Amino acid sequence: MESRGVKALLRVASGFILMFLYAPLLIVVIYAFNKNISASWPPNLFTTKWFSVAWQNPELRPAFFNSIKAGVAATSIALLLGTLASFAVHRFRFFGREAISFVLVLPIALPGIVTALALSSAVEVGRSWFGLNFGLLTIIIGHATFCVVVVYNNVIARLRRTPGNLVEASMDLGGDGWQTFRYVTFPSLKTALLAAGLLAFGLSFDEIVVTIYLSGTTSTLPLWIFNNIQRPVNRPIVNVVAMVVLIASLVPVYIAQRLAGGAEAGVSRRNATAA
Amino acid sequence: MRRSSAFLFRHRRLRLTATLGVPLTWMIVVYLLSILLMLATSFWRLNALTSEVERVWGLQNYRTILTQPVYRIITVRTLTMAIAVTLTDLALAFPIAYFAARVATPRTRSILLLAVVMPLWANYLIRVFAWKTMLAGGGPVEYLLGHVLGVNVSLAATNFAVWITLTYLWLPFTILPIYAALERVPGSLIEASSDLGARNFKTFRKIVMPLALPGIVAASIFAFSLSLGDYLTPTLVGKNLFLGNAIDQLVGTAQNRPLAAAIAVIPMIIIAVYLLIARAFGAFEAL
Repeated sequence: MESRGVKALLRVASGFILMFLYAPLLIVVIYAFNKNISASWPPNLFTTKWFSVAWQNPELRPAFFNSIKAGVAATSIALLLGTLASFAVHRFRFFGREAISFVLVLPIALPGIVTALALSSAVEVGRSWFGLNFGLLTIIIGHATFCVVVVYNNVIARLRRTPGNLVEASMDLGGDGWQTFRYVTFPSLKTALLAAGLLAFGLSFDEIVVTIYLSGTTSTLPLWIFNNIQRPVNRPIVNVVAMVVLIASLVPVYIAQRLAGGAEAGVSRRNATAA
Repeated sequence: MRRSSAFLFRHRRLRLTATLGVPLTWMIVVYLLSILLMLATSFWRLNALTSEVERVWGLQNYRTILTQPVYRIITVRTLTMAIAVTLTDLALAFPIAYFAARVATPRTRSILLLAVVMPLWANYLIRVFAWKTMLAGGGPVEYLLGHVLGVNVSLAATNFAVWITLTYLWLPFTILPIYAALERVPGSLIEASSDLGARNFKTFRKIVMPLALPGIVAASIFAFSLSLGDYLTPTLVGKNLFLGNAIDQLVGTAQNRPLAAAIAVIPMIIIAVYLLIARAFGAFEAL
């Protein structure tokens, strides 16, 4: 129904919007090689000295490893809790069943600062009751809580698509509950769990607001970036770190999407985290 | 293992408890109790002398919010920003979503969708930092405006910077639901409309728009609620306080958790109202 003119207009508009999406990221990459500390344009290219400065930054490495630790731990907890919850909701009919997904989505549906304030208030109480301290443990607990929904959404979607008669066939053929899980249910869930795990890890690795409130003196990579963005002198090393993190997160996504053939899967997956 | 699984299979209730018990307990203990604690805190008060929270119930924090103009100003500012960002995102998202759904070839479409999703995987702070660099004094945007358009403005630490950064952050979230909604509009209805003599624009207005509306409203939920709660973007690229900043400063500098908790209720109420309106538009079916 669209006339030629409208089509051309839409094409041009789409081009501009893509430029809007990518120009800032390109700027980050360019400035990583800037000799100057200031962000003034045009940049004074070309140097790689900030890479070695960043490499030698004493706070950066522990922050990075804390992020990895928190991400792995939170993802493991979320995988366990989310899978259990999705099994329960998928297999059973019980009172309050509809409320489960609402409760699970709440931590990412409410503004980050609200979740952060609520969790930190609880940790304060935990501290006076049984000496709970702000640190890596509280970061992991917080991250796991909002990662559960990602696992839940992915696994329950897969369970709904997996035909129930496979499970019945396994039972009919004499498989017990464990064998059915081991040989039928789990293999059909494997890729959903992998996708959910990657998503949950990404969510945890990126998270900043809840982390600010739960970290105490522990640092994570986003916390390091946050603290250093606010110091103009450190702009060059933030640039370098930003560029490296950017490429480290975008290139695998790009390759995975190309391998998976089409962007649709990624669209629905990333959308599920936001929902 | 085998015997226990057989036992569980026979006892349905036990099986339900075994699967649901752990995640439900976690969510209740870690999350729901925390939220309840925060809501309770909003009715407690701060002892002005000792700076300790006293667990005495009262409405004083809510009275403060309603009577002191500063909180009304901050709420209105936050709400205005959220609405402005939402409208801008919708305006930017619609053409590219429309192009991807109805004009592009399948190959272009998949490339386009991938290009839209990719920035979401980039770290949130890095995307904010990118705009801090873009809008810095003498930075790329000022250079472009000054040398190409002849406009000399300072954009660093302004509401404009907050607006454009938030718009940038949530744009992909807005594009995807609109794309999904437009893609679902049946081609047969469009053909029927033009067969019955409707011009292109009329078909767009009478067929495409009404069918895509739930998706557009669904898309607005993301931009609106994410803008409403974001406080790091104003901290990093702006200078004015938004609701999130008010909460953050009351917890950090002022050590007044009760008042912070009461202010946290404001965005919760606004989002709840927004979701109710969105539901009336059928937005949840479109998600």
